Amino acid sequence: MADPVLQAQGLHKTYANGTQALADAHVVVRAGEFVSLLGPSGCGKSTLLRLFAGLETPSHGHLRWWNSPRLPAGEPGRSMAMVFQEATLMPWADVQRNVELPLTLARVPAAERQARAAEALAAVGLAGFERARPRELSGGMQMRVSIARALVTRPDVLLMDEPFGALDEFTRHKLDSDLRALWARSGMTVVFVTHSIYEAVYLSSRVVVMGARPGRVVADVPVDDAGAPRDEAWRVSAPFLHTCQALSQTLAAASAVAAA
Amino acid sequence: MSKPRSTNGLRLLAPLALGLLVLASWQAACTAWDVPVYLVPAPSVIAQTLWAQGPALLGALAVTLKITLLAFACAVLVGTCFAFLLVQHRVVEASLLPYAILLQVTPVVAIAPLIIIWIKSPTPALVVCATLVALFPIISNTVLGLRSVNPGLLNLFRLNRATRWQTLLRLRIPSALPYFFGGLRISSGLALIGAVVAEFVAGTGGNATGLAYQILQAGYQLDIPLMFAALLLIALAGIALYSAMALLTRWALHSWHDSEVTA
Repeated sequence: MADPVLQAQGLHKTYANGTQALADAHVVVRAGEFVSLLGPSGCGKSTLLRLFAGLETPSHGHLRWWNSPRLPAGEPGRSMAMVFQEATLMPWADVQRNVELPLTLARVPAAERQARAAEALAAVGLAGFERARPRELSGGMQMRVSIARALVTRPDVLLMDEPFGALDEFTRHKLDSDLRALWARSGMTVVFVTHSIYEAVYLSSRVVVMGARPGRVVADVPVDDAGAPRDEAWRVSAPFLHTCQALSQTLAAASAVAAA
Repeated sequence: MSKPRSTNGLRLLAPLALGLLVLASWQAACTAWDVPVYLVPAPSVIAQTLWAQGPALLGALAVTLKITLLAFACAVLVGTCFAFLLVQHRVVEASLLPYAILLQVTPVVAIAPLIIIWIKSPTPALVVCATLVALFPIISNTVLGLRSVNPGLLNLFRLNRATRWQTLLRLRIPSALPYFFGGLRISSGLALIGAVVAEFVAGTGGNATGLAYQILQAGYQLDIPLMFAALLLIALAGIALYSAMALLTRWALHSWHDSEVTA
């Protein structure tokens, strides 16, 4: 089994307003995995992702990155990048400057910035849009820019917080399959937050199911595709539908327990 | 988006036509009822005065504009620095903001005599008065802008370990620009108002007097056409300032900000 990259042990998070976002969460993400955090609103899946990113600190419990309790500061082999729910692009800057931003902040020389931005834009299928402003792009294209901006640092771990939630279904399917192909090519570790069962099963090698009030992990379900390619046929195959059904039942059972 | 040509034409022609109509009715009414010139002068009389007193009026306009522009520049400089200071820390803001508001709510007419006594030289005294009037919109808008940063982008900068300086330069300042330019528009008009009010209060004669002094003098001498001519020049100066600020805003924001893109 591959080495653990991200670990949450007995993680609790209570916000200042008293909201208990996470209670005793245990999650392990291993190198090269594509893990989805699946659950209804308020189950703490985004909080867990933000904890992994270092944007929040836990109230109790332990977080480990590459078996170390210290948040990595961009050491080689231990870099993380995040994609948010919205594209969060700088409206005043063109696509090129938006994608280059993480490198600009790290004071990477201009020539290298340019080369790596071109590479990242090509990876998301946006070569030729360098000079466009965010407002000239569709929602799906803005999200591609956002992903390119995360890829430009060549991260070892990509954290994605419901990135395609606001997109229409066709665009979402396209981006899902492109993301899956990107992951397969790059060998990155991806942690993907979603509330869509179908999206989780389509994309992931493993789905961590979470329940609400309080936010907790209720199941950890591997997705077995028996080596079948993740294409449109996979979306209607028996193993796909079977896994979706199992996840749906797990979620229903979890919410029944929470309501009782 | 470019608007249909007819809409653009309408926006220029409609107010122009209305203005001409009002002027013509005014002229006709003055002639028809034989209104005395010391009550309401006809537009033609005002135009004659403008022509005859042109050099003196333009000289006065130059004086008023000089004070206005100096005060505006001071307000932008001081206001922006003040705003940057305010957003550094909550304690700084809590301590300083009440005084900025105090400055804003105290009428300049009330403080002007004091300033004119303290600062003996007339031009700097008038500039200080006008600056006090023009200052607040710059401070309040810039503070609002520096705080109105997309929280997602702020997270992104944090994740990439951006320094405070990088965040200011690459995120806070660009985010603040639309608000800052809004402040400029208000402040440019207020600088002119401040300059005129301060001239009224100062009320001194001498060699270099502004338009407000011309109005005062014209009032004493019941030279109503001169009064109208001076008023007209003040109004035109105000419109010119406002248009200049609108153009500057468009030039700076046209490529990305919603307010200018959809305008």
